[in-house]
Amino acid sequence: MILSGDPPRSRVLSIILIVIIAALAVAPLLFPGAKAMNVATKICIFAALVASYDLLLGYTGSVSFAHTMFYGIGSYSIAIALYSMGPSWAAVATGVVIGLPLAMLLALAIGLFSLRVEAIFFAMITLAVASAFLVLASQLSWLTGGEDGRSFQLPELLRPGTVLIPKNWLGLEVNGRVLTYYVIFIASALMILALLRVVNSPFGRVLQAIRENRFRAEALGFRTVFHLTYANCLAATVAASAGMLNALWLRYAGPDTSLSFAIMLDILLMVVIGGMGTIYGAIIGAAIFILAQNYLQALMGAVSSAAADAGLPLLPGLLHPDRWLLWLGLLFIASVYFFPTGVVGRLRNPPRPQP
Amino acid sequence: MSELAATAALPKPKRDLLPVLLPAILALMMLPLIGSPSSWVTLTVASFAMGMMIFIMASGLTLVFGLMDVLNFGHGAFIAVGAYVATLVLLPLASWVQADSLLTNLAVLAPAAVLAMAVSGALGLVVERVLILPVYGQHLKQILMTTGGLIVAEQALYALWGPQIIPLPLPTSLRGSFIIGDVAIAKYRLLAMLVGLVVFAAIQLVLNRTKIGLLIRAGVENREMVEALGYRIRRLFLGVFMVGSGLAGLGGVMWALYREQVHASMGNDLTVLVFIVVIIGGLGSIGGCFIGALLVAMVANYGGFLVPKLALVSNILLMVAILMWRPRGLYAVTSR
Repeated sequence: MILSGDPPRSRVLSIILIVIIAALAVAPLLFPGAKAMNVATKICIFAALVASYDLLLGYTGSVSFAHTMFYGIGSYSIAIALYSMGPSWAAVATGVVIGLPLAMLLALAIGLFSLRVEAIFFAMITLAVASAFLVLASQLSWLTGGEDGRSFQLPELLRPGTVLIPKNWLGLEVNGRVLTYYVIFIASALMILALLRVVNSPFGRVLQAIRENRFRAEALGFRTVFHLTYANCLAATVAASAGMLNALWLRYAGPDTSLSFAIMLDILLMVVIGGMGTIYGAIIGAAIFILAQNYLQALMGAVSSAAADAGLPLLPGLLHPDRWLLWLGLLFIASVYFFPTGVVGRLRNPPRPQP
Repeated sequence: MSELAATAALPKPKRDLLPVLLPAILALMMLPLIGSPSSWVTLTVASFAMGMMIFIMASGLTLVFGLMDVLNFGHGAFIAVGAYVATLVLLPLASWVQADSLLTNLAVLAPAAVLAMAVSGALGLVVERVLILPVYGQHLKQILMTTGGLIVAEQALYALWGPQIIPLPLPTSLRGSFIIGDVAIAKYRLLAMLVGLVVFAAIQLVLNRTKIGLLIRAGVENREMVEALGYRIRRLFLGVFMVGSGLAGLGGVMWALYREQVHASMGNDLTVLVFIVVIIGGLGSIGGCFIGALLVAMVANYGGFLVPKLALVSNILLMVAILMWRPRGLYAVTSR
């Protein structure tokens, strides 16, 4: 019921998913440190964001480079509303009421404009629009704060200083920060379940038909442009919501945290690692990737300085933590090439040993 | 039954001249808006030069797409690689670059450009074999693979040359401008225009007057038929890909000299511009690409002069306007 008749269909996969979700559910109790909390939150938010991207990439087969744009619209609408109206719930509501329709309308415009022709056209146009948006966001500094972005205060209830349940009751202090975490956790879970519902509905089946053979889907009488645009709008709305959650957690929105091309690459990589066309892949991809990003980068730094001490040529530069993207890119190419179905695809259909 | 005389000329395809006139119309329309004729001439020359440079970078991309239905999202990497390779020649020979003699300057510029083209062409060979060959005919994977390639190339440039911006001063004799009356025309822009026109003419000659060009055009129109006639179109495509990458490298050198700096992110930035040009021109069309590059450069220059704030989104607006008029770009070559 809750999984919309699309269970993970693999015992190992189910166990991994349950472990990830259980760990996220109790994260504030088990790992109360600031860094661990940040990692857990980021996994939640990105799982939803990547799942919405999977709706586009995995289910309709159209590559969009504008997904971070919608994510950024969500982040910025919350940030600007809270910054200019002060920390109140009315401001949060205003941000939501302005941000979601804005993202949806923009997605509608891009979709109607570029989905008529072909996937490749859509990819190029989204790339162009997204880069223009990034420039716009960093130039209109009276509105967005430019490169510095906007920091803001949260409503009273969500602040870390607000103690809801004091420490001597449960052995753990439940404060506004923990409450924010659970808001994000539940909202992300609901979005992922909703997306699972969407892809398993008749509408989702049509999307898959379009992915497999657009011409044939059209010949069967489906209005493919309508379906693709609709999917684009849905994905944009979810992405904007994820952006809002991100802004609430960081109490900040800026070009680097919500709009940059690097985030787009992260999303692409998470979808491909997790497995395209399986909403579950988003959860696994996000968890693997973000854990690696946070803990492997430190390792890379250590190895890099060790190599520098040993006087090896070139290696320190190649292993410098800033070159993280280099290895990511290689990993990306390798996973598109060798594991096109991702972790979920592998677990569902393990490769048969060659006779 | 009517008979066609053997000597009768073949019916000529209808010429579609409207897009050709577009840049001229745009330029003339801007004249009253800008007011002063001297700044208009300067701006027009500037847009022409910029357009030529963009055209050089974009031409390879559009041919590759037209011929083999491969869209290379990593095209920008060749641009950046070309620029970096040029610094290998230009920086050690800085004394030649600074010498106040056109001949000495060109003697160092020409090898730099040739080397840049050779290296990016060779890189094109590797990219085609490693990244694109395994995913022929699968658009989704092509986009993903080449995007990954762009990232790897950009990061490798960072790792090899460091993250700082490398200044690349213009050769002495190409600095400054000719002053005719009260019109100033930068010397380097003239050179850029010249090179661009030569490249355009060369591509047109090869495409329209040689056997290889005939095969390429036939391949753009119907790949399978050319293959059925016994030509190895894969090899032809590899050649086009390498030439296209080499041209991107040349464009990168020229752009770096124009901006007088080299940075690894330039490939990424220019990719977007080049895409817009290719979309406007119609995927696969060299003529459309030429006009598209001119239009983009004109809008950037005139727009930057008249309404500086608009310059940020002017390219997108141009693209929207053109696609409203012709949804497949100015010249739709392929039926895809």
